[in-house]
Amino acid sequence: MAEFAYDPKPELNLAPGEGETEFLGRSPWRIAGRRLARNRLAMAALGLFLLIVVLSFLAPVYADRIAHTDPFDSHISATTVVDGERVDVIQQGGGALGLGEVPLGPTWRSNYFLGADNQGRDVMARVLYGGRASLAVGIGSALICSVAALIFALLAGFFRGWIDSFLSRLMDLIWAFPVYLLAISLSTVLLTTPGGVTIGPVTIDPASLWVPTLIIALIYIPYVFRPIRGQVLSVREKEYVEAATSLGASNVRLIFSDILPNVVATAIVLLPLMIATTVLTESALSFLSIGVQAPKASWGTVIQDGQDLLYTRPWVAIAPGIMIVLTVLSLNVLGDGIRDALDPRAKVRLKE
Amino acid sequence: MKRWFVGFSLVLAVALVAAGCGSSKKSTSTQQGSGGGGKGGTLTTVASAAPSGSPDPQVNYTLQEWQLLILSHDGLVAFKRSGGKAGTKLVPDLAESIPKPTNGGKTWTFKLRPGIKFSNGKTLSGADVKATFERLFKIGNSPNAGTWYNVIQGADACIKTPASCDLSQGVAVKGNQVTFKLTTADPEWLDKLAVPFAFILPADTPTTNVNIPPPGTGPYKWEQYSPSKQLKLVRNTFFKEWSKDAQPQGNPDVILQKFGLTPEAQVTAVENNTADWMFDPPPADRLGELSSKYADRVHVNPLTAVWYFAFNTREKPFDNLKARQAVNYATDRNALVKIYGGPKLAVATCQILPPNFPGYEPYCPYTKNPGSGKWTAPDLKKAQQLVAQSGTKGAAVKVNTDTTTVNKALGLYFVGLLNKLGYKASLQALSPDIQYPYAQNSRNHPQFAYSSWYQDYPAASDFLVILLGCGSFHPNSNSSPNIAEFCDKGIQAKMDQAGKQGITDPDGANKLWAQVDKEVTDQAPWVAMFNPKYVDVLSERVKGYQFSPQWYFLLGQASVK
Repeated sequence: MAEFAYDPKPELNLAPGEGETEFLGRSPWRIAGRRLARNRLAMAALGLFLLIVVLSFLAPVYADRIAHTDPFDSHISATTVVDGERVDVIQQGGGALGLGEVPLGPTWRSNYFLGADNQGRDVMARVLYGGRASLAVGIGSALICSVAALIFALLAGFFRGWIDSFLSRLMDLIWAFPVYLLAISLSTVLLTTPGGVTIGPVTIDPASLWVPTLIIALIYIPYVFRPIRGQVLSVREKEYVEAATSLGASNVRLIFSDILPNVVATAIVLLPLMIATTVLTESALSFLSIGVQAPKASWGTVIQDGQDLLYTRPWVAIAPGIMIVLTVLSLNVLGDGIRDALDPRAKVRLKE
Repeated sequence: MKRWFVGFSLVLAVALVAAGCGSSKKSTSTQQGSGGGGKGGTLTTVASAAPSGSPDPQVNYTLQEWQLLILSHDGLVAFKRSGGKAGTKLVPDLAESIPKPTNGGKTWTFKLRPGIKFSNGKTLSGADVKATFERLFKIGNSPNAGTWYNVIQGADACIKTPASCDLSQGVAVKGNQVTFKLTTADPEWLDKLAVPFAFILPADTPTTNVNIPPPGTGPYKWEQYSPSKQLKLVRNTFFKEWSKDAQPQGNPDVILQKFGLTPEAQVTAVENNTADWMFDPPPADRLGELSSKYADRVHVNPLTAVWYFAFNTREKPFDNLKARQAVNYATDRNALVKIYGGPKLAVATCQILPPNFPGYEPYCPYTKNPGSGKWTAPDLKKAQQLVAQSGTKGAAVKVNTDTTTVNKALGLYFVGLLNKLGYKASLQALSPDIQYPYAQNSRNHPQFAYSSWYQDYPAASDFLVILLGCGSFHPNSNSSPNIAEFCDKGIQAKMDQAGKQGITDPDGANKLWAQVDKEVTDQAPWVAMFNPKYVDVLSERVKGYQFSPQWYFLLGQASVK
């Protein structure tokens, strides 16, 4: 029944310069793909995001082969060679009183490229490892959130009645809490539960990345649920759904063949934006020590490490900050591009 | 006094890092004052927040408020208001002299000085003394009423029914003579009378927590206490100096403490002379700047305090002595000192008692080449042997600490070390507000938890009994300072014996305490890390700086004129 779901002719709404023949007979997904591919800004953003992902996931290679360091172990009493000289990684404070200890600054060499943090760990290696955790939690929680919201929205919007009332009120309840307050409360409880949290047969260790992933996924479900539910309610009333119903199509077939293909685009448009939001949330929670748990690194924990070194070793905080900015920026631009590509009323300029 | 530093430890980032190269002026790390000054003016101090908890003098347990209460209130006796070691000496304050106890140390009779007035103009009398000690129980939330003052006859009933507390039996008043009758001899009774819980208040002080400290007998009175803004002490016009040692006249006319500035902003304010002193320790990354540009305005003083990680001696794997000793041998205390801020700000230690403390004798078995009493280097080989012998390799260990920069960094160090020794360690960093009660509660089964302890008064028992005595472990309680859950009956018997001996033979008792310190250290209930130092930063106009080991910077003796 998908052919009823999308009629390219009346919905195509071409942008200036787009030829009708170019898209006729093609599936909406291919049209969207072509539109996205022609959006240079979105493609640049995708390239940047993929570069960050690849670099982050190559963190072990960088640590082992280039920096030759363990970025999770303390190296407070260690020394390293810089310009042929052996120097302490944590150095005695200066001045008349000799107060304080200062970590090695950026060497711009393979070892301690961005300098050391207060445990004598290689900041560059930790920033890359931090990217792994931040992106894993961000992407994981955005996917879980989107899938859960999609399922709930389909159930609520299709069946309506008490199911809709129950799910909508549940979402309202979650929505009623300020996002960070709810996340902090949940994190604090989960992190201090002796022995971890047991859900059925599964026990989640408080130090596991699953804790921030699940918490962040949970708190954002209503934000994805609401727009999709609205779309499901709208699509459910379309003629092709009524036609399918009159032909005796089952609920499962209606949901998966007629409604889902017409609302999934919204979830896809929201996904990069959700990843950007969840990466930011993860970083914020980790900065507050209630996300990714030390000695694991995330961009938020590395910024926290650098917070007390701002006057002396600002790169410890600046480097992960730059990574967060680039990631969020690239995802937001990519999200805009995807929205323009998937939106039938897109005003995107395909030929520039 | 662990919780002296409730608010304070949040920013106890006296550590880690500080830039700085080159030097400008000569170091002024001192114990004693740096010149006198005139009377008058306003001493403006800054802090990140008001003292934690109720401002009631019989409830508050913070250094921040105690440093000010000693200027407005008095006990029967006092620690000499002086810098250096003399500051630990007890001198008569409201009492004319320090009496010798009778009845085997159970009866203490004080004679009050005549003519002393509270800041409300009322004259001090014996009735005020009795009412003060009854109020200690009546208010219901004085933290040490049940542990320090329960030796007064009749106190047990007061603990059970605070509202009807009557200490007529235990605090007998006859004219200007006050007699304390104790149920058992207490060698530290005088120390306990010299701290703010026992500062004398007017008899008509309400028996509920007050919002501003009530009138006292000291040279200042509390004029304003606004926890969100500032507190203000002004001169008590009824004050006439009766003892320079116990309660000297203050120098500034007004002492102001403004709240709400971050430690970074506090440093800037003091550097620019818009504030005269900051309560919070300077942040780590400003130490280099202070050290190089403002060295003549910085004072560094050792504290009678110890920072440690406590093993839970009743939980696996550290119910095993060899496992505990192994971690002690493996610990690189120099690295821990570096985390705290370097050798200028802390001294490595292996034992419970801090240097220059009653009963202290240098002792460090957990080092390469032991014998000198000082820690020199870790002995990883011996540590690995002990772990193998203990059969605890591979055990999971949670390293419990709080999220403040230094404490988290210390916890991370131990996570790495324990993993190196073959354990499966992970960090549990909790908010500073909940970490200490969490670590104390045996229901949470902490395995290896950060803590620190600062003296209440100079007595070995203040460390050894409170932190490692059998009676200090209270199962399933958030107030169980014996985090190690350590209880060795033989050692406890020696502690009891030293306590008794202290009444008649303090020197002999201190020798016994030294022995207890060594025996406890051998049992390794902690990894004792270091004894910290304190950093004071002053404005250019402050003169007459004095650092008391009991009360730290003596604010009233500083001059801004």
